[in-house]
Amino acid sequence: MLSLEGVSAAYGGFQALFGVSLEVRAGESVAVIGPNGAGKTTLLRLISKLIDPTGGKIQFDDQLLNRVPPHAVVSRGIAHVPENRRLFPRLTIEENLRMGAFTSRKTFDAKRDLVFGLFPRLKERRGQLAGTLSGGEQQMCAIGRALMSGPKLLLLDEPSAGLAPVVVQSIFELVRKICSEGYTVLIVEQNIRQVLKVVERAYLLEAGKIVLSGRAQELLNSKDIQKAYLGL
Amino acid sequence: MDVFDIFLLEAVLNGLLLGGLLALLSLGLNLIFGVIDVVWICYAELIMCGMYAVYYLHVQYHWPLYAAMPAAILIVAVLGMILHQFVIKPVLAAEPINQLLVTGGVLFFLQAAATLAFGIDFKNLGVSLPAVRIGEMSFSAARLIAFGAAAAGVIGLFVFLNKTYLGTAIRAISQDRAIMPLMGVSPARVYTLTSALGGALAGLGACLLVLQYDVHPAIGLSFGPITFLICVLGGLGSMAGGLIAAFVFAQFISVGGFFFAIEWGYVIAFAFFIAMMFIRPQGLFRR
Repeated sequence: MLSLEGVSAAYGGFQALFGVSLEVRAGESVAVIGPNGAGKTTLLRLISKLIDPTGGKIQFDDQLLNRVPPHAVVSRGIAHVPENRRLFPRLTIEENLRMGAFTSRKTFDAKRDLVFGLFPRLKERRGQLAGTLSGGEQQMCAIGRALMSGPKLLLLDEPSAGLAPVVVQSIFELVRKICSEGYTVLIVEQNIRQVLKVVERAYLLEAGKIVLSGRAQELLNSKDIQKAYLGL
Repeated sequence: MDVFDIFLLEAVLNGLLLGGLLALLSLGLNLIFGVIDVVWICYAELIMCGMYAVYYLHVQYHWPLYAAMPAAILIVAVLGMILHQFVIKPVLAAEPINQLLVTGGVLFFLQAAATLAFGIDFKNLGVSLPAVRIGEMSFSAARLIAFGAAAAGVIGLFVFLNKTYLGTAIRAISQDRAIMPLMGVSPARVYTLTSALGGALAGLGACLLVLQYDVHPAIGLSFGPITFLICVLGGLGSMAGGLIAAFVFAQFISVGGFFFAIEWGYVIAFAFFIAMMFIRPQGLFRR
C-alpha cells in the first residue's frame, strides 16, 4: 500500500533522513521506533507531503506521491495525526471533526457516528471547545478527526507524548483497538516497549537511517534493542 | 411624552441605526485581520471604489440599482482578491509594520487613482429616499435600509462561518495554519476566499453608504479611521468585540451630538476611545 524507496529529506537546512526504505501493506500495523531526533516526525511529514523529499520515491497505492501537493494527500486516503495533536483549540469537538471531513462531506454523519462509537467520551462533549479537553481526550479527538476522512492509511505521530502515565496506557489500548478494527496504521513512537506490544512489525530509525526491522515480537526480544532502549 | 424625551429617544434610535452600519464596516476589516493577520488600512478606499462602481453603473450606464449594487459588490470582492494576490501575499511573512505600510500605500494609490479617473467633484446618486415618521420621530429611509442590510450581512456571515465547511475552515486557519493541508485544505485558497469575502463586505458597505453620502476620492478618510478605531476598541480580530464597539461608538456620536452639537458627538466618541486605550489597550475582547 505504502512504499518508500531510498527516500532522503532535509529539514531546516540539515539532512534528516538518508535513503530510507520501508513498506506498509494493507491491513498491517507498523511502527517506526527510535530515539528523539532520529527523524521519525520528518518521515511522517514526508509521507503527508508537508515537506518534499530531496531524493527517492514515495508510492501509495502504486501512485507516486512525490509531486502531489500537501492538501491533495488526504483525498488519496492518507490521514495524519500530527505530533502534539494540534486540534483547533477554539473550535468545538464536532467542528474539529467537521474539519477532518473537509474532503469527504457526504459521509460526515456516518463517520461521526463511527468515531463517537469508538470514543463515547467525545459524543458526551461534542459541543465543548477542543482547547478545554484533557490530554487523553484531545488525543481521542485528534485520532477521530483523522478517521473522519475515511482513510486507507492512518499516520500516528507520538500519540503517547506529553500524556500522564495512566493515560498513556489507555491511549495504547485505543491504538490496539484501531489496529484490530482493520485500519492500516503507521505509528512513530519513542515509547518503544508499549508500541511494540501493539503493532505487528517495526523499523528502528537511528540518525535518519533504518538500522533494524522485523516483527514486533522479535524486536522486543532483540538484545540490541533491549540494551539500548528498554534498559534491560 | 416630553419633547425632550422624544428627541432623546430619536437620537438613541438613530445611534442604533448608525451602529448597524459601523458594525458591518468593522466586520470586514476584522475578518481579514482575524484570519490573515494583516490590517487592510486601505479598507475604506475599497468602499470608495464600490461607491464609484454603483454611481457609474447606475448614473452613467443606467443600470437599475438592483443590478448595479450586486455588480458593485462583485467588483469590490474581485478587488479584494487582487489586493491579496499582488500586495498582501508577497509580504505575508514580513514584519507587521511593512504590511501596514504596504496597505497604507494602496490607500494613497487608490485615492490618487480615483482622483485621476473620476475627478475631485462630489458625485451624487440622485436617489432621494423619503423620511419615515414614527409618531413625532423621523428617520431617514436610507438609514433604515442600511441597518436592515447591514444586519442581514452580519447574520449571513455569522451563519456562513459557523455552519459551513468553508466557514469553519476560515475560523480554523487562524488557529493553526500549518496543519490545514492535513485536513485537505489549501491555505492559499482559504486566504483568497477570505479576501473576496472581506471585499464583498466592503462592497455591501459601499452600496449602503452611497445611498446616504456623495462619493469623492477622499471619502474613505471620513469613515476609514473610525472603522479602524472601532476594530481596535473591540479587540482587533474579534468580530463580537467589533460589533459591540460599533454600537457603543455610534451611541456616543448620536447621543453626544444630541446634547451638544453634532461635531461634539465625534469629539466625545474619540475621547472615549483614547481613555479606553489607557484602561483596556487590548480592546474589549481579546482574540
